[in-house]
Amino acid sequence: MTKERINVSRRDFLIRSTALGTGFSLGLYLPLKTNSVFAAQTGSPAVPEAPEVNAWVVIEPDDTVVIRIARSEMGQGTLTGLAQLVAEELECDWSKVTTEYPTPGQNLARDKVWGSFATGGSRGIRGSHDYVRKGGAVAREMLIEAAARQWKVPVEKCRVANSIITHVPSGRTTTYGKVAAAAAKLTPPFDVILKDPDEWKLIGKPVKRLDTVDKTNGKQLYGTDLNLPGMLNAAIRACPVFTGKLKSFDDSKVRKMPGVRKVVAVEDYAVAVVADTWWQAKTAIDALPITWDKGPNANLNSAAIEQMLDEGLQTGEAFVGNHQGDAGQALKGAAKTVEATYAYPYQNHATMEPMNATARWTRDRCEVWCPTQNGEAALRAAAEAAGLPITQCDVYKMLLGGGFGRRGMSDYVTQAVHIARQMPGVPIKLLWTREEDMTHGRYHPVTKCKLVGGLDKQGNLAGLHVRISGQSILASMRPPGKQNEIDMVTFQGFLPDGDHAISYTVPNLRVEHAMRNPPVPPGFWRGVNINQNAIYMECFLDELAHAAGKDPLEFRRKLMADQPKSLAVLDAVAKKAGWGKPAAKGVHRGLAVVKTFASYVAACAEVSVDDKGKLRIHRIVAATDPGYAVNPQQIETQVEGSFVFGLSALLYGECTIRDGAVEQTNFHDYPSMLINEMPKVEVIVMPSGGFWGGIGEPTIAVAAPAVLNAIFAATGKRIRQFPLKNVNLRSA
Amino acid sequence: MPKLKINGKRFDVDVDGSTPLLWVLREQLGLTGTKYSCGIGLCGACTVHINGKAVRSCIMPVSSLNASQEIVTIEGLSSDNNHPLQQAWKELDVPQCGYCQPGMIMSAAALLKNNPNPSDADIDATVTNICRCGTFNRVRRGIHLAARINRNPNKRGS
Repeated sequence: MTKERINVSRRDFLIRSTALGTGFSLGLYLPLKTNSVFAAQTGSPAVPEAPEVNAWVVIEPDDTVVIRIARSEMGQGTLTGLAQLVAEELECDWSKVTTEYPTPGQNLARDKVWGSFATGGSRGIRGSHDYVRKGGAVAREMLIEAAARQWKVPVEKCRVANSIITHVPSGRTTTYGKVAAAAAKLTPPFDVILKDPDEWKLIGKPVKRLDTVDKTNGKQLYGTDLNLPGMLNAAIRACPVFTGKLKSFDDSKVRKMPGVRKVVAVEDYAVAVVADTWWQAKTAIDALPITWDKGPNANLNSAAIEQMLDEGLQTGEAFVGNHQGDAGQALKGAAKTVEATYAYPYQNHATMEPMNATARWTRDRCEVWCPTQNGEAALRAAAEAAGLPITQCDVYKMLLGGGFGRRGMSDYVTQAVHIARQMPGVPIKLLWTREEDMTHGRYHPVTKCKLVGGLDKQGNLAGLHVRISGQSILASMRPPGKQNEIDMVTFQGFLPDGDHAISYTVPNLRVEHAMRNPPVPPGFWRGVNINQNAIYMECFLDELAHAAGKDPLEFRRKLMADQPKSLAVLDAVAKKAGWGKPAAKGVHRGLAVVKTFASYVAACAEVSVDDKGKLRIHRIVAATDPGYAVNPQQIETQVEGSFVFGLSALLYGECTIRDGAVEQTNFHDYPSMLINEMPKVEVIVMPSGGFWGGIGEPTIAVAAPAVLNAIFAATGKRIRQFPLKNVNLRSA
Repeated sequence: MPKLKINGKRFDVDVDGSTPLLWVLREQLGLTGTKYSCGIGLCGACTVHINGKAVRSCIMPVSSLNASQEIVTIEGLSSDNNHPLQQAWKELDVPQCGYCQPGMIMSAAALLKNNPNPSDADIDATVTNICRCGTFNRVRRGIHLAARINRNPNKRGS
């Protein structure tokens, strides 16, 4: 959001932050322009809103176009992409576009006029392109009609471009800003015709993001940066053992510490210190004697969880996610069989901005300011914790300092409201320490996978049996999402059809899931189950290709005759990377391809492994077919970033459990990739049209298997346990 | 009562001397551009300059500082967003979520100050900030572009 366009007096509110001891003060402008309730309470002058042409479009008299964005921005660029979609149909001047978030409370009050606020599953654009473009088109028609009425001319004789409406016969012109107020009073057209893709002027253009500048000068406010008048700060400690409870705490030890206002229990499992500053609160909670009731998971450890999963690999009972032909028969009759077992660890989202939320509770109203991927879920959580009707609550979304799925959960919102309830009327900002964030995540689930493949005499894949054993996210997070008890999300990348369909035609195939749910809370973690399923499938196919004595590219291609779009991205990376031609000395290549989140992606990685086992990832060529490419530059950055996320997971991502708690506490024992490990990434964006695929997640899935297959090419070693930090690539 | 010089202005801050500089900046002075992320001096989100050197402010007790030291935060990097790195960051749309970027820019700014034409190896050795969104390749391009802008402020071409 460009700060220059914010009209402070009318649509913003000013917050004064006092520098203690100096009398120095400074104003912070909060980009919450729709927050008129709060503006009124903080003394901002009450002035009429600029005309809302419709729910999606507000146009100010100076022709500033405010486009409403329902989905959350967390770095993925969806805010700019969604604005492009609206602006394309609106025919407005892109240089005058700014954005704002409506609140989930407003959405509820207006019968969900903005659709879903949920921002996950790479759904931001593909899940709303239709109705947001329609929103832009409806507003355009209303604006033209307003001008035509003013001029008393037929609408058909008017044209519009760049926010300027022209009456063609007379050459008269006006601007959106001048007719917006009149347009707002008109009845919206019942239906509008959207442009054909070949008419798009703004969609498909690599326009700059709308939210960059403030991220380069410290002005961008995140949830952690919020400062409301009279606000206090809270630090929290929850029972480190999963499902453990708070037994007691001795606040006499900290009550007299500087700045401490109150020590409060948070439900039955956590305790928080409220103080003037967060540093004081954090210092006090570190000193607070707390006794926990660790409960039934006090002795849980990683070895026990692994045993659970191993048992699930052997047992006869399992859900079936895909079943073609007769895999059992095919394996019996195979000329050669290959078997391998892979395992994938727990991982933390580790957003750079730790979990936080600010809440203010009174007997008749509860307000929350927070970074969230799911405004509506955050609102429901706030209302429930507040003990108030949902209509008396609202959530104001802040820009997210990373989401990756973690902020689809609302546990930190619930906590903030429970704390605020104990100090009515006082806004309280709850901020987790990194240690709290690492040990109270919603972890990427653990699974193991045993694969058995059968090759016929010609070395073709005749049958494949896949047994996944491990954790279901839906069983923990969203039980009604299961279908006949089956968690279909577990089968991402193995399914017969749909957004996460298998990329190959295997004549005899059986894919099973033995659900084993250890008491470690799982969550949706950017990419979700395709991350490990793509390793299982793509690395095992590589194993089969080598067992068959075939080139991994050709082995795959033979199974992809019915998957032309998957084949196209695979061929594109192979060609650009120079597959089949010699690489530099010591450099080896590996491939991976998946369909996931309705997009087709592939990667070819080039790596070397030195005599000591040190891995260097030199270059990755990646291709994406998302159907339509709304902003190719943003797709490029998402693909580049996906390799950081996917390769950080492969190299370092592991949470282990000891005594019922996660052992890793910060970036020293849960490292993330740095710039010196980053390969060159070459991105091929190849939208083939006719469908809308996701962008933020798909490429993560090909990062690890492409590199692992290249490591095999370099070393002859198959790594089947992760992360790689635990493995010597030469002696493995 | 610690005295500090931050972005060219002097401040007396009334705070316990063990308080890290990060929290003095954020909570006493309202300079929230400098971010908290790890609190153990690892991730670099809290990077500021002290006498031109990049330091992790989250582990720097304010008692160890005095008003003779020039502390610069992201807010004081330039007067009008015109630092070559800020220009380059805008040109290349470097940030994603942006939370690590003030620290990333401050690390890069200290590097450029000492080494106006850094190689890729220099960048690898100096910029040790964590970015979970994965902006590294654009950060690298941004630093090289900023070095070019520095050499020839009127010609920005990449």
